[in-house]
Order: sequence, then structure tokens, then C-alpha cells
Amino acid sequence: MGADTRLEDAKRRVDADTRRRRRQLLSPTLIVIGVFGLFPLTITLIYSFLSPGVYGGVTWEFSTNAYVQFLFERDIFDDTLSFSSTYLSIYGRSIGLAFVATVGALLIGFPTAYFIASKPPSQRNFWLFLITLPFWTNLLIRTYAVLLIIRDEGIINLSLQSIGLIDQPLTILYTDLAVFLGLIYSYLPFMVLPLYASLEKLDFRLVEAAYDLYATRFQVLRHVIVPMAKPGIVAGCILVFIPGLGAYITPELLGGGKELMIGNLIALQFGGSRNWPFGSAAALILMVVVMLSLIIYVRYAGKEAKGHG
Amino acid sequence: MAERARKMKDLRKQPGFDFLAWFCIFFLYAPIVVLIVFSFNDNRSVVRWTEFSLRWYAAAFDNEGIRNATVVSLQVAAVSTLFATTFATMAALATTRTPPFKGQMAAYAIINQPLMIPEIVTAVATLSFFSIIKQLTGVTGIGYLMLAHTVFCIPFAYMPIRARLEDMNLTLEQAAADLYATPIQVFRKVTLPLLAPGIVAGGMLAFVVSLDDVIITLMVAGPGETTLPVYILGQIRRGITPEINAVSTLLLLLSIVLVSAFFLLGNKKK
Repeated sequence: MGADTRLEDAKRRVDADTRRRRRQLLSPTLIVIGVFGLFPLTITLIYSFLSPGVYGGVTWEFSTNAYVQFLFERDIFDDTLSFSSTYLSIYGRSIGLAFVATVGALLIGFPTAYFIASKPPSQRNFWLFLITLPFWTNLLIRTYAVLLIIRDEGIINLSLQSIGLIDQPLTILYTDLAVFLGLIYSYLPFMVLPLYASLEKLDFRLVEAAYDLYATRFQVLRHVIVPMAKPGIVAGCILVFIPGLGAYITPELLGGGKELMIGNLIALQFGGSRNWPFGSAAALILMVVVMLSLIIYVRYAGKEAKGHG
Repeated sequence: MAERARKMKDLRKQPGFDFLAWFCIFFLYAPIVVLIVFSFNDNRSVVRWTEFSLRWYAAAFDNEGIRNATVVSLQVAAVSTLFATTFATMAALATTRTPPFKGQMAAYAIINQPLMIPEIVTAVATLSFFSIIKQLTGVTGIGYLMLAHTVFCIPFAYMPIRARLEDMNLTLEQAAADLYATPIQVFRKVTLPLLAPGIVAGGMLAFVVSLDDVIITLMVAGPGETTLPVYILGQIRRGITPEINAVSTLLLLLSIVLVSAFFLLGNKKK
């Protein structure tokens, strides 16, 4: 009896010790990210309900103007509101561009991931390294490199002109096409990696069985390979879509700042336009769109898991 | 057997897939290669090749703006790497070396928070918060930039350290404890030496990520705190010069060297 309680006691002491040690080890990280990462988001929420200050910043006066401005235009003479799609259309355009870039990245990324997965295991790491390396290099510099190639005097136009295919340079830079190319270029590795993770597990005996049952190559792709890769497809699409939606550098450099995307709209409000409440509201609306995409993803992924289980 | 192997290989092929994969590699690397090649071009033009030359590198080294920005970049990256790696190591120990606990998922979510929120949102939120602190305390300086970088570097340092800890065998640590080593002795003499490659890898990723950041730095940096990427962005907006190609190439090569070293470190242990 006595020994039992002593053992219990000792166990409890060890447990308390472990808990204390864990708390000591975890708290610096949680505090730093909590205070300087999470808490500022609350401030953004508060700022979005305040009035803009004259020289940037905010004045502490409650106002829903930031959200009203998002949907309506205030007439400067009689103060009436009329619906305006200016900002909605920036969000719509961004969603559209991010979506098209996601589809583009999928069309290039899927065959690439499949190609790597069908290589012998010893070679796969090398190929993955090749795909990952650009991701770790500077996004700004990679975007700049794309700019060098597609501008009017870029290597694409000069080569096409020198072989006489075109007289005038093709205008690619500062168009939606340029932003689209830049987005695919920036986030392609995000598409390939999760696709590879699910294709790597593909059992090629299933492919063989399908061929034995007289499936055509396309049928095998459509009914065997793609369904197996579905979790990777969904994850890859999310990983390309979300940063694409909030992209700042790509539209800034390749879109020429004419065609705003959400990221530039937000940055502009904190820079030149000096309307911090509106910028905060725009940032929060972006976060809501991102959260919605994530919820759709989790729901979908959950359903998938159940479907397979 | 060989016949069968050949057939299997053929079975795996999908028409056009190999071509698209090679296209993908070409697409990813062609712009980078063009940038690097033309940074060695003697001509002012960034498209017409004339002759090999290092003159733009010399010009970049002579440029005071570039030199100052490099110093700021290295300072910020060094300090934030140090802090982020320390915090990440502690957090990784807490999440792998103690039994599962309530709130573990929440802890993961907080550690990875900087990865989930769009960078531009983090940037303006941090700007808003720091402007309040600056108003209240009157303190300015490069510390804000280092702090902001520390926060978003933590998850990048955390990933390889946690992976290394999870791969590590617990027996050595248990043996040391059985021989009456105190927890601190176990950590110093056993855990830390085994964990070192993970910490180095995490530190390198944090360094690369800090060195590359544009958006958060652009928003948070005060006057005179221009980092190299922010300087480069400013120059590109003004017009393209071969000097920028040279600096960009150097920064690019630094990332490539660090990340390649990271992969080699990771592969060696196996």
C-alpha cells in the first residue's frame, strides 16, 4: 500500500516535471508568434473599423466606411452611395488569375510529378531537388528573370524577330498573360511536391491490371491514375491558389502595377493612398477568401478520406 | 524477366508526359540561366551577348547603396536566424521529447501560423502593430525588422529540426539517463551532438528565407534599413541595369549553395 502511493507520488512528480519542462521549452516560440504574429491580426481587425488618419495610420473613431467603400462609391456632392464594382472586380480578377494559374500549374505539374514517380527510387531525390531548388531561391529575382525574357526587347521577342517570324515585338509584359506566366513560374514547385507525394504511392500493378482489361492509355489515366492522385491534386491546387491570390511581386513587376491584384491593392492603401482602415479591411477580406478555400479543402479532403476508408 | 521489366517500364509511360516534365524543368531554369549568363555580358544591353566580363560585378561592389543593403540583409538574417533556430529547437524538443499533450494541435497551428496567412496580410498587420509600439515607446531601429523576420523564420527552422528529432533513436538518451546523467547533461552530451545537423539545416533554411524576404521587409523597414531584395526591387522599378543582374546572380547563387548544402547534409545521414 505504502509503496504504491510512493510510486504514484513519484509518477505524479515526473509528470509535473515533464509538463513544466514542456512549458518552458514551448513558451518562447508561442509567445513570440502569438504576440508578433497573431495579435497584429486582431489589430488589423480593429483598424478596419476606424477612420483613416491624415498622414497614414488611423484616428480612433469608429467607422464602417472601409467596408462601405469596398462595395459602394460615395458621391462627393450629395453624399449618396451607389454600388461600385471597382474593388469587387479586383478581387474577382485576382481569383480568376490565381485560378487559371492553378490550372496551368496542374497541367504542367501533374506530368512532371508522374514522370518523377515513375523513375527508379535512386533517381527520384535528384529530380525532386531540381524541382525544389527554385522554390528556395529569391522570388523577386526569379520574377525579374521572367521579366527580362518576356519584355519587348527580351530574348523571346528578339529570337522570334531574328528568325523573321514576327516584325513587331509581341507585347507580353504588363498584360494578364505575363501575370499568369509569372504566377505559374513562382508556384509550380508547390504543385509538383504534393502531387509527387501521392503519385509515389501509386501501385503500378493496378495500371497493369487496367491494361490487361483492355483499357486505353487515356482510360488508365482517367480512371486509375488521376483518382489515386486526387489528394495530391487538391493539396497542390490549394498551395498554388492561396499564395497566387495574395501575390504582390508578380503583378507589381509583370503586370506593371496597372492591373491591380489584391496584394497590390492592400500594399497601396498602406503606402501611397494612406488609407489604413481600408487596407486592413481589404486584408481581412483576403483572409476570409483564403479561409473559405481552406474550409472547402478540409471538407473535401475529409470526404475523400471517408470515401476511401 | 528483362522482357517483363521493359513492358512494365512501357506501361508506366503516358504519351507527352516526359515532354511536359522536361518542359517543366526548362521553364523553371531557363529564366535563371539567362539572368546568370547576361550578368557576365560586357555590353550594357541585357539581351545582346557581346563578350565575357566581370565589369558589372565590379560596379556592384563599388555601389554604396548595394554595399549598405548587403550589410543590413546579413545583420537581419544573422540575428533572426539565431533567434528563430533557438526557439525552433526548443519547440521541437517540447513537441517530440514529451508525451502527446492536450493542445498539441493548437501549438502546431501557432508555430506554423506564419505559413498559413498570406504574406501581404502578415506584412500590413505587423506594420500596424509596430507603428503602435513606436508611437507608445518612441523606440525605433532595426530591431523591429529582426523581430518580424524571426517570427516568419521559425516554422522553416522548425521543420528539419523536428524531422531530425523524430528520426533519432531514443535509446542513447535513455542509456545516458540510466547512468545518472541529469537531463541537462543528457541534452548537452547526447541529444545536442546528434541533433546538430538538423539545427544547422534549420538555421540555413531560416537564413535563406530571411535573406529572400521582400514584402514584410518592405512594409516594416524604417528609413536606412533597406535590405538587398528591397534595394533590388527599387532599382528594377527605376529601370533595368546590368548591375542588378550581377547582384541578383550573387544572391541567387548564395541561396543555391546553401540549399544544396542542406540537401547534402540531409542525404548523408542515410
